Amino acid sequence: MARETIVQFQIERLEILNPLGEVDSELLPPLSDTQLLRLYELLLLTRLADERALSLQREGRLGTFPSSLGQEAAQVGSAFALNSRDWIFPSFRELGVFLSVDYPLANYYRYWSGDERGLLCPPELNIFPINIAVGTHLLHAAGVAMGARYRSDPAVAVVYLGDGATSKGDFHEALNMAGIYRLPLVAICQNNQWAISVSRTRQTAAETLAQKALAFGIHGIQVDGNDVLAVYRATAEALERARTGGGATFIECETYRMSDHTTADDARRYRDPDEVERWRDKDPLLRMRRFLENRKLWNESNQTQLEDRLRQRLDLAVTEAEAVEAPVAEDMFRYTCHQLSSRQLEQLKECDDGHP
Amino acid sequence: MAILNLVQAINQGLQQALAEDDRVLVFGEDVAADGGVFRVTEGLYEQFGETRVFDTPLAESGIVGLAVGLAAYGLRPVAEIQFLGFTYAAIDQIYTHAARLRARSRGRYTCPLVIRTPYGGGVKAPELHEESSEAFFCHMPGIKVVVPSTPSNAKGLLLAAIADPDPVIYLEPTRLYRLLKEEVAEEAYITPLGQARIAQAGDQLTLIAWGSMVERSLKAAHNYPVEVIDLQTLSPFDRETILASVKKTGRLLIVQEAPKTGGFGAELAATVAEEGIMSLRAPILRVTGYDVVTPLPLLEDYNLPSEQRILSAIEKLLSYP
Ligand SMILES: Cc1ncc(C[n+]2csc(CCOP(=O)(O)OP(=O)(O)O)c2C)c(N)n1
Ligand SMILES: [Mg+2]
Repeated sequence: MARETIVQFQIERLEILNPLGEVDSELLPPLSDTQLLRLYELLLLTRLADERALSLQREGRLGTFPSSLGQEAAQVGSAFALNSRDWIFPSFRELGVFLSVDYPLANYYRYWSGDERGLLCPPELNIFPINIAVGTHLLHAAGVAMGARYRSDPAVAVVYLGDGATSKGDFHEALNMAGIYRLPLVAICQNNQWAISVSRTRQTAAETLAQKALAFGIHGIQVDGNDVLAVYRATAEALERARTGGGATFIECETYRMSDHTTADDARRYRDPDEVERWRDKDPLLRMRRFLENRKLWNESNQTQLEDRLRQRLDLAVTEAEAVEAPVAEDMFRYTCHQLSSRQLEQLKECDDGHP
Repeated sequence: MAILNLVQAINQGLQQALAEDDRVLVFGEDVAADGGVFRVTEGLYEQFGETRVFDTPLAESGIVGLAVGLAAYGLRPVAEIQFLGFTYAAIDQIYTHAARLRARSRGRYTCPLVIRTPYGGGVKAPELHEESSEAFFCHMPGIKVVVPSTPSNAKGLLLAAIADPDPVIYLEPTRLYRLLKEEVAEEAYITPLGQARIAQAGDQLTLIAWGSMVERSLKAAHNYPVEVIDLQTLSPFDRETILASVKKTGRLLIVQEAPKTGGFGAELAATVAEEGIMSLRAPILRVTGYDVVTPLPLLEDYNLPSEQRILSAIEKLLSYP
């Protein structure tokens, strides 16, 4: 008889690129200069597209919008590691993921203007609809992962969630199944420290979110979520593990929501502005830019040219989003089910005859 | 008396309940420092502290399950679910437990909890923020369903819900939150559950509505001899007031924003068909949302019953001799 420790666990944290743009060359993932520049371009595109969304919202051209400001590295770094057949289960704050896999920005904007058609995923991608009911989509990722394995499809199911979502039962159910069935699944948690007004420390008494993986018998890691290279590397490793039968991974990307929760929120009501200021120094774009400058891959004039080019792209996307004719009443019915009932057909007629 | 909107009236009701009864606890996502995403709980955390007014983790089933335990223990939990669309995750706790704890324990344990949640359309909000699924809860024996429509009844019905010995779902019509303002009595008062309110008297047609459709129906009906009944409580509903009105008018129109099929209006229509059909001079009509998935903002005005649709139905019914 004895009282002894029978299991012990450790949680790793990965950081490659520090806020000064200095890099740990041993951990630096094998990316070409072109790829490194592409990563930076995607970070900047995300930042500018987000900024544009906020200004469209202020002008009444977009509805309520959740900003990705500050979280670009977690989104771009992870999505950059995916291959185009992987399945993506976004939450609602993943502009950078959509842009990294080349989802049409005009569609993304259209969705946030209140138009379902913005969710229509192009055939070359496997993106589930933006998920509003927090945390419920992890189980769908588990199902797709199981299906892919059943069909010997090398696709991995990659699900995005926030720190708040880790409190939902569905989160636990999904990762538990991912462990039991050893599913090819990667859960990417953007721990941006807040779920609207509830801080990460009020979401769980655990020291890290990453350690939650341990309870399910899957891999868990914390990464500096503002370090695009660390996020990329952790995701690439998790995808490799998933594709080679090593099971699921939960990645906690430690980052910060620099913006209000959405345009309908006012974060000054509940959080200390000093906290926001402290995170400003850890800006994910700034450190990647410094890194590229240190390597002589980037300078001020490259920056200006890229910004101009990206802004033109945004102008086009906005024009395209707004050029589309308004949706018609029939759209409400057409996708409710495969075949309309006689009552639904009657309702459609009434709806078409009249007006809102 | 002060002029209050719906948000302020509910806030005042919560404040008075907390002040008068130390069994009352208010909790949910973002209800403390943030004062709720619609500011309904504004100032309560500051006044009563975090043992009485607290934020929960993001877990709807957890929020309701916690409330069940608190209520069974003898407290009066008033839980907020941020939007009706997010109660779906809590239906297990609502229907499996809150609704039947009294029955399962043969009365030893009861469940006097209140779940407050904003509901309904017309506010151009994202997916699941404009649901009108009140009928689900009306189909759960053991659960009461209350829907205010004015600042005054919002306060009185809330206090009645908190005082009620059984679980109550209290649905706050989001579209009316800041649209309606009126004088609300300063002191705490109760608007009894299970009683409808005659919002407009009339003798040619009975129009039944609840929540935000009361406001819209009153606008449509104000030049017509229509009796507008504001149901106030859906479950249990006020059969007597409805039957008495139909007996007088001989015509019935039901206005609901939820999808038509299986909506609560169907229960009202069936009841009048069973118990009041002899006084009807015309078919019962319903103006409802369509049988579609709740659309996003760009299409929502097609779905939500408009004043025009209500008006057409009124005129059609009045044309019956
Ligand atoms: C099931 C559910 N409950 C409540 C909400 C309302 N809500 C929207 S986002 C949010 C906070 C989410 O926090 P987190 O998961 O950390 O994601 P973040 O917003 O930080 O990206 C809440 C409570 C919701 N959308 N879904
Ligand atoms: Mg968060």
